[in-house]
Amino acid sequence: MATDIIIHDKKDNVGVVVIEKITAKQDCSCWIMEDDSTVNIQSLDEIPLGHKIAMTDLNVGDTILKYGHDIGKVVKSAKKGEHVHVHNVKTKKW
Amino acid sequence: MEIPKSFLGYKRENGRAGTRNHVIILPVDDISNACAEAVANNIKGTIALPHSYGRLQFGADLELHFRTMIGTGCNPNVAAVIVIGIEPKWTKKIVDGIAKTGKPVEGFHIERTGDIGTTMKASKKAQEFVMWASEKQREECPLSDLWISVKCGESDTTSGLASNPTVGNLMDKLEPLGVHLCFGETSELTGAEKVCATRGATKEASDKFMKTWNAYNDFILKEATDDLSESQPTAGNIAGGLTTIEEKAFGNFQKIGNCKFIDVLEPAEEPTKGKGLYFMDTSSAAAECVTLQAAAGFNIHLFPTGQGNIVGNPIEPVIKLTANPLTVKSMGEHIDCDVSKILTREMNLSQGGDELIKTTLRVANGRLTCAEALGHKEFVMTKLYRSA
Repeated sequence: MATDIIIHDKKDNVGVVVIEKITAKQDCSCWIMEDDSTVNIQSLDEIPLGHKIAMTDLNVGDTILKYGHDIGKVVKSAKKGEHVHVHNVKTKKW
Repeated sequence: MEIPKSFLGYKRENGRAGTRNHVIILPVDDISNACAEAVANNIKGTIALPHSYGRLQFGADLELHFRTMIGTGCNPNVAAVIVIGIEPKWTKKIVDGIAKTGKPVEGFHIERTGDIGTTMKASKKAQEFVMWASEKQREECPLSDLWISVKCGESDTTSGLASNPTVGNLMDKLEPLGVHLCFGETSELTGAEKVCATRGATKEASDKFMKTWNAYNDFILKEATDDLSESQPTAGNIAGGLTTIEEKAFGNFQKIGNCKFIDVLEPAEEPTKGKGLYFMDTSSAAAECVTLQAAAGFNIHLFPTGQGNIVGNPIEPVIKLTANPLTVKSMGEHIDCDVSKILTREMNLSQGGDELIKTTLRVANGRLTCAEALGHKEFVMTKLYRSA
């Protein structure tokens, strides 16, 4: 199965869509770069190329991990499979 | 892949080597642009570098102006220089700085002569310089004569996944061969600054980096009217899926691979600690950053992009690479190296790095970059504060 989503690090709670877009209810194959493993997830939203998907349920105040590092905080909860972007995640800087 | 040990460059009087052979007409100040452009229009094969500053600057800002002007003239991609300013003193200061390289340089000032007389005198000298430079031949130069700067722009998540790590892979492969390397973008390391600091080769380098980043961050906090979210990430970054400055920073940081930086440079400061990776304190605006790196003596630039930044530089060839298949499809004329197959896993990172090394050497040997063919010559001075 072709790769639909790439995840940098095993610890990450988001993945990046690497095909033109994924549709809602699509069964997606995710490749984890760090250990070359594969996991599957069903999307809940349509998500375009380069945008992120929640790999677990995310609650307000949770930290988003990408590259294994803190890249911001959840400001609106998101379910596993939903689109993660500026509408539900904000910087902790500035 | 076996990496070639040499490239074909132009050997300069001071021992450096250029990937290009430009004769530049350098205005000292904004009001000398017209004369400089008139000379470049008269004499084919020369290039004018107009810009917006050079009057009534003072202190560190003036020092940076001179460093950028002199450094640009000294860059080994430049064979010879005509300097044109309104007044004799600052014109001479820049001429004297460039003359230390041993390359042909001559200055002209406009006061008491006017644009037309100055254009005539400078054109005669420019003709002499360009005809002299046209006889220069490319010669075999060791790979270590490459000074490679990097900066990314219009980044998206594909930058952090593939095009920036491709640059990192190139750095990992070329650093042991003795090249000089330089990354910058102080503000765009925000969120990854502590991790970046651990990549100093010495405690001194790490401390200097943190001091530089803290100073930049204090400045941003002082000047910002909101959370900067209108500027960092940019609208283009956000369209490409980047959500926060931290996410952008960790993507950005992939460009240095596993290398450690040996020193932290002031904007446009020439590195003096020998081969290896340097961090330069720069703005994250593309043209400003590349202009500073070129002024520090870097002779070839790697520019990974996601959504499709189109920047070029008048003297330092800027090689674009992207991993975003939509950018390759819609803006192919701007992309020198396509690594989008990394996302489909038809290409691994090491293969991507090899492709980029091949492209870099072709450009070093003389192949025009997309930005050069399309006429991109963005020369943008960094200004630190208001003039007097």
